[in-house]
Amino acid sequence: MHTETKDHAELADVFNKNEARVDWHDETLWWIRQKRDKAVNHLPEWELLRETASQIKDNVLSNLAGYLVQFEENAQKNGIIVHWAADADEHNNIVLGLLHSKGITKMVKSKSMLTEECHLNDYLENNGIEVIDSDLGERIVQLAKEPPSHIVLPCIHKKKEEIGDLFHLHLGTPAGNADPQFLTETARQHLRETFLTRRAALTGVNFAVAETGEFVVCTNEGNADMGAHLAEIHIASMGIEKIIPKRKNLGVFLRLLTRSATGQPITTYSSHFSKPREGTEIHIIIVDNGRSKQLGREDFRNSLKCIRCGACMNTCPVYRRSGGHSYHSAISGPIGAILAPNLDMEKYADLPFASTLCGSCSNVCPVKIDIHQQLYKWRQVIVQNGYAPAGKKAAMKLMSLTLSSPTAYHIGGKAGRFVMKYAPFAVNNKLNLWYKQRDMPEPPKESFGEWYAKNRKA
Amino acid sequence: MKVGLFIPCYVDQFYPGAAIATLQLLEKLGVTVSYPKNQTCCGQPMANSGFEHLTGGCNELFIKNFAEFDYIVAPSGSCVLHIKEHLHSHEHEAGAAGISSKIYELSSFLTDVLKVESLPSKFPFKVGVHQSCHGQRGLHLSQMSELVAAPFSKPHSLLKMVKGIEIVPLSRIDECCGFGGTFCVAEEAVSAKMGKDRVEDHLSHGAEFITGVDMSCLMHMEGILNRRGSKVKVLHLAEILNAD
Repeated sequence: MHTETKDHAELADVFNKNEARVDWHDETLWWIRQKRDKAVNHLPEWELLRETASQIKDNVLSNLAGYLVQFEENAQKNGIIVHWAADADEHNNIVLGLLHSKGITKMVKSKSMLTEECHLNDYLENNGIEVIDSDLGERIVQLAKEPPSHIVLPCIHKKKEEIGDLFHLHLGTPAGNADPQFLTETARQHLRETFLTRRAALTGVNFAVAETGEFVVCTNEGNADMGAHLAEIHIASMGIEKIIPKRKNLGVFLRLLTRSATGQPITTYSSHFSKPREGTEIHIIIVDNGRSKQLGREDFRNSLKCIRCGACMNTCPVYRRSGGHSYHSAISGPIGAILAPNLDMEKYADLPFASTLCGSCSNVCPVKIDIHQQLYKWRQVIVQNGYAPAGKKAAMKLMSLTLSSPTAYHIGGKAGRFVMKYAPFAVNNKLNLWYKQRDMPEPPKESFGEWYAKNRKA
Repeated sequence: MKVGLFIPCYVDQFYPGAAIATLQLLEKLGVTVSYPKNQTCCGQPMANSGFEHLTGGCNELFIKNFAEFDYIVAPSGSCVLHIKEHLHSHEHEAGAAGISSKIYELSSFLTDVLKVESLPSKFPFKVGVHQSCHGQRGLHLSQMSELVAAPFSKPHSLLKMVKGIEIVPLSRIDECCGFGGTFCVAEEAVSAKMGKDRVEDHLSHGAEFITGVDMSCLMHMEGILNRRGSKVKVLHLAEILNAD
């Protein structure tokens, strides 16, 4: 996406040009939030589950190196080949090297936000490898040449009519057909051919179990399984934070994941991969790409607890009304806004400000990440590192001086109310962004302080 | 009991009615209240914009103005939350910590400290109650719709004591109004849309007044209401509890 010059506010402004579409987007995601509420309210132990998951992840983050080594040893014992990648480039090189070594030029890939973060598709295509995304939503945005706008619902920003048009263009469906059942069946047939002919399949990893060396991939469409089971080589890409200590911990996380994501009790497929079948290979690429740096940031380390459920996006009143692409980052929404500045503080300096700090994200988070507190803290870090616009710095200094002095405050307040009363055009104009869609408050004849001085003894 | 009245800067300047109602209500309930005249602002506008390092002056002033009181009461959840979470001082850290533990948002002071069980007020109108996020999710004035937990609401429990009032239901009981401090201009498009949607929820349920514990959210919704020419008014919770 070419958004280097636009920040969240500008992109959100563009999104809001079509108010009916904003309403549709907001209501679609709110419906998912309501499904989530209904599902979690069936479990009286929901808050205990969240707390348990949060504590398991605390343990993981405090002992990450040990668990990763344990996982590697056990995976190797099972016959899985383990690779380590310090960053996106190393990860992408490893994938390409594996495909080259087998003489493979076409690969099928199920959903992996890590590969979005690493821009793997672009890299492979530039190196002559064709990649087909097998998750239906991912396939749709791939055909549209767009990044996903949501980590769980990649094409949630698209209406079914637009998907019909895309399929007409790329898959030959009749023009104007937007029947979801028909379009899904078309995608199914198209992907079936892909599954049957691809020798390599890449999947993400939802959970990697240290004690067993196995990993678990959760999908609703079974597309990860279809790809992996039919390919000679299965490559699984995982961030270092995907570790859980024991298999029994899955009982906590699998119950939380999909209830939070879509309101389902569990994903349709929660597939365990522990060793390669005869004649095939499983490779795991364990990727850091900034995660160990985030682990070292005390205020932000617990953002690594994230299990990528997307609940914070569905509940976020800003996300719902600005769309995932306004975050110009692989991971959008509130969680994206606290992860992205770690990767590039300058490029993503706007994201922690794309929030009212309402706190709903932290409340739905199944692993209790204090998202809105971290948004506040990132704002401080970003300003301290010099990424605040000059005008804002000057305004804040002036505000600080005025509010630190009762005399300046009283004079300023009186002058401000005087101007609003007798020269309303000075504030009611196009330069005042408040006034664009909202009236200014009516200035009262006196402040409370002035009233108090007259009506109560000092 | 010595109670210091903290009136947030924008309430002092733009909504003296909410401040007067707060003072009168507390006096009516037998509380001795004083208003330190050199108070200005809690510092939140700078801090939420990433400039917490510029709030030192506000912090020292706040401690100087309010350290002597047994309780500090303010008609704002947001400013109280800011003080509780972010008031610090190099020189007077004990004073800062003391203030954080004795500052109350008005409705929780009435329910938790004064333990008010009845009020002489009357307000025979249909009222929509806006749950301001910082009061609700920050100070836990009400249960939050995201959690699996028993419902309660301090502002609602007080409003129920008011004769004649009818509280209208809302489709989204605790969605943000989109004010968000400097967010309201920095993210103008999303902020205004959030405000319009919130107002619409109240209007479509027949509210004649919209109330809440934070005048900032109400100021935002008032701006939207006035722009669309609505007759619906906003009133701070204190103004309804003080109505007779």
